[in-house]
Amino acid sequence: MSKYAFFLGCIMPLRYPGIESSTREVFKELGVELVDMQGASCCPAPGVMRSFDQTYWMAVAARNLAIAEKMGMDVLTICNGCFDTLFEVAHKLNHDPELRKRINKILRDSAGMEYNGTVKVRHFVELLYRDVGLDAIKSKVKGGKNLRAAVHYGCHFLKPSNIKKIDDAERPHVFDDIVEAAGMTSVNYKDKGMCCGAGGGVRARTPDVALKMTKENLTNMTAAGVDVIVDCCPFCHLQYDVGQAQLKEFKIPVLHLSQLLGLAFGLDRDKLGLEVHQVKVNL
Amino acid sequence: MAEAKEPNPEFTRKVIEAGGKTVNLCFQCGTCTGSCPSGRQTAFRVRKVVRRAQLGFEDDVLPSDDLWLCTTCFTCYERCPRGVEIVDIIMALRNMAVRKGYMAEQHRNVAKLISESGHLVSLRDQDKQLRKKLGLQETPPTVFSHREALEQMKKIAAACGFDKLVASGGK
Repeated sequence: MSKYAFFLGCIMPLRYPGIESSTREVFKELGVELVDMQGASCCPAPGVMRSFDQTYWMAVAARNLAIAEKMGMDVLTICNGCFDTLFEVAHKLNHDPELRKRINKILRDSAGMEYNGTVKVRHFVELLYRDVGLDAIKSKVKGGKNLRAAVHYGCHFLKPSNIKKIDDAERPHVFDDIVEAAGMTSVNYKDKGMCCGAGGGVRARTPDVALKMTKENLTNMTAAGVDVIVDCCPFCHLQYDVGQAQLKEFKIPVLHLSQLLGLAFGLDRDKLGLEVHQVKVNL
Repeated sequence: MAEAKEPNPEFTRKVIEAGGKTVNLCFQCGTCTGSCPSGRQTAFRVRKVVRRAQLGFEDDVLPSDDLWLCTTCFTCYERCPRGVEIVDIIMALRNMAVRKGYMAEQHRNVAKLISESGHLVSLRDQDKQLRKKLGLQETPPTVFSHREALEQMKKIAAACGFDKLVASGGK
């Protein structure tokens, strides 16, 4: 059984804990063990926190990586933001000994910790596609409905693609393939691949601008006729779910892929935490 | 006749040192602006931000609200025919802007949250109740459950001068 250090981040455990319980249940079902990272913090967020101070951003991320390194495990995240920060910082520190030395000085003096550059950071969609495999996912599907799904990749799962090397950033398929393996239909829609609008500190500073981008995506999804939005990032998830409550003109249920797989696998619905969603999930 | 501004290579050099090392590769084709989801909704033109960084127009670029309309979606970065790492340039400029006191109150509040709790989102009673109902540990096993972890986070913030930055808003 493969084992990963499970990085929780902020939005999932605190605003959509149903994504956390779904992830734990789904990976248990698929034979992947998730081990808690005691004392881990915010990743910190690649848009908003990196914008303020890149040294602090790297030092805090290095502390999280050092926790996983001590556990002797690679990191698994279910959030594009956490993935981007931890992947990018690990990439920098794993390949640049001088930078690692500088960040480790801060880490040693402040936390008595050290990061030696050995951790790999994995995104759960990529892990499902590459390691678990579509056949294993298909074998767990128990009936369920064939829903028309608007798959939203978000930005930081695949990009920057020159270091992430997971899929074509313009025409990706890995996430769609998983949704289809779960018995759903992934529907194409205009400007699929566009940002949800929330990232980079835009939602915090200019929420009206963020919401305009969200509205454009929702309009395009509605035109394609979809039953559900499927995301792989709690921040996109929040933006689509809360955004629809603010816009009032859309009612498309929003599911994180872990929740969608939970439904497809026939897991206990009470474990999916769907009742906190702003847009009612009647699926 | 309008007077042309003098370029300031010193500022450009600072941008390069702060992480915007590809800034001079830009030949202003505008693929970035044409790809920008935020620029579709606003007057934000990412090409202009890069041009101002290139010419060293510090006073045009650092106080500008435009700098903060980028969602860091990386679409321009992926499509740039010159391999300009546009998001890295924007990050370098934002770090410099913040040090000059251009930090929005909303952003300062976000930064305060991580400084004080180690997370960007608060832990409320209703969150604990829901976590319990879902069969999860009421308080996540993160900094919230480990006092010494929060101390470490505070020391990291002090070592980077981040605590002072948040307290003063760079002013």
